[in-house]
Amino acid sequence: MEHEITLVVNGAARRARVPGRRLLSDCLRHDLGLTGTHVGCEHGVCGCCTVLLDGEPVRSCLTLAVTVDGREITTVEGLAGPDGLSPVQRAFEECHALQCGFCTPGFLCTVTALLRDNPAPAEDEVLDGISGNLCRCTGYQNIVKAVHRAADLLAEERAPSAGEPPRDGEAS
Amino acid sequence: MKPPPFTYHAPRDLDEALDLLAEVDGKVLAGGQSLIPLLNMRLAAPAHVVDVNRLPGLSGIEAGPEGVTVGALARQAEVARAGVHPLLGQALRLVAHPVIRNRGTVVGSLVHADPAAELPAVLAVLGGSVRLARRAPGGTGVRQVAADAFFAGPLESAAEPGELAVSAFFPALPPRSGSAFEEVARRHGDYALLAGVCAVVTLDEDLHVAAARVACVGVGPVPVVADVSEVCGRRPAATVPWEAVTEAVRRAVEPEDDIHASAAYRLHLVGVLAERALREAAARAAAPP
Ligand SMILES: Cc1cc2nc3c(=O)[nH]c(=O)nc-3n(C[C@H](O)[C@H](O)[C@H](O)COP(=O)(O)OP(=O)(O)OC[C@H]3O[C@@H](n4cnc5c(N)ncnc54)[C@H](O)[C@@H]3O)c2cc1C
Ligand code: FES
Ligand code: FES
Repeated sequence: MEHEITLVVNGAARRARVPGRRLLSDCLRHDLGLTGTHVGCEHGVCGCCTVLLDGEPVRSCLTLAVTVDGREITTVEGLAGPDGLSPVQRAFEECHALQCGFCTPGFLCTVTALLRDNPAPAEDEVLDGISGNLCRCTGYQNIVKAVHRAADLLAEERAPSAGEPPRDGEAS
Repeated sequence: MKPPPFTYHAPRDLDEALDLLAEVDGKVLAGGQSLIPLLNMRLAAPAHVVDVNRLPGLSGIEAGPEGVTVGALARQAEVARAGVHPLLGQALRLVAHPVIRNRGTVVGSLVHADPAAELPAVLAVLGGSVRLARRAPGGTGVRQVAADAFFAGPLESAAEPGELAVSAFFPALPPRSGSAFEEVARRHGDYALLAGVCAVVTLDEDLHVAAARVACVGVGPVPVVADVSEVCGRRPAATVPWEAVTEAVRRAVEPEDDIHASAAYRLHLVGVLAERALREAAARAAAPP
């Protein structure tokens, strides 16, 4: 039996006809063509498939598409704003926090929510926040740097009076 | 790595859910953080899945003087944020990762009854209970199952087919009590695969140990509760005969060998962790935050 569902993905209502067993990850990738959400392990361990469900990061490989009928999903494709990459995305670029990029969509969604809930996380809070995301390339050091850098960029955005400091592309 | 086909049901209230569970041979889907991996790996192939995520009134987290009642749809992250019980908070930090806790439910973890899961140990050491509802002739049958009867075996709880766990009750700590959860896992967020111990210690007015209990996981098919009050004796924590206490805890468990660790190593660990957890719990009881 198929189910008619509507998901609000990155701000736009999208309809799909899916069987009950369709994973949200597959619905996004195959039914809606949003292949930015990556799939690594399909049992919740790697974090690649993390998307935001009503703003909360969740594993799309451990969520049935029908369960979230009617709800809002943000994928990596929806993180950038009209002015380009989001602060978290810019920080990952600046700090060289990705190599092959396979894990990156999951990290970006996870970190976006982490910094919204905790705008100035301590080192151990960053480590705990990204502990459920695996990266086989970077060794994590630059990812951790990027999270701190993203926190700084977001703080600057919130306090525009402080003026835009020069951006030299160097990881701090 | 995709779920096998099943018929999906999304009841909109408790009555409809209980009717469905009575009619079809179905699996309850709550947070899905254990069930969907099992489906993806084809370790489970239910003909029907009854998704309870749309049921109203099951997300409550109610704290009273007696303890905390956690509804079936209260997510682990919400329960941790609510800060309603120190031991629940200490245990939830060890459960999986923040993102998994956004979906996973406290009650689902209890029903799933993984022998290395943290929350069953918490329910067991506190002597809590789970409320189960089912369709009964002319109404709803509800029973309250105490922790010691709830965990029946590895991945086996007292919840029967047709039953829905509606809430779990975690008794409050008595006055002058402290708690702690200590575990060893190879990777953070990977259950207490080697061993885990949670402890509750209550002190008397002279700050002598009045009661001390531990629950151990990862070292048997179900959480093993050991009351070590007598071994500790009515004395300050600093002079408790810790060697005798760890021996008593080791005698209570029968760990097995598996790919993660040998039985002998687990037996060693459980003693070390019990002492750490009990000392920490006693310190917290003496100096409440
Ligand atoms: C990567 C990863 C790491 C994890 N690490 C840990 C860990 O370290 N420690 C730990 O304890 N857990 C861990 N988990 C499991 C997690 O805590 C689950 O959320 C939990 O075990 C099950 O809760 P759920 O709500 O997701 O239940 P579901 O997956 O929806 O259901 C699990 C089982 O319980 C039944 N069930 C659920 N709710 C009810 C109900 N109300 N009534 C009747 N039956 C019900 C289902 O039918 C199913 O059989 C991990 C999971 C993942 C994916
Ligand atoms: S693909 Fe979802 S966690 Fe790995
Ligand atoms: S950049 Fe390759 S897996 Fe992370």
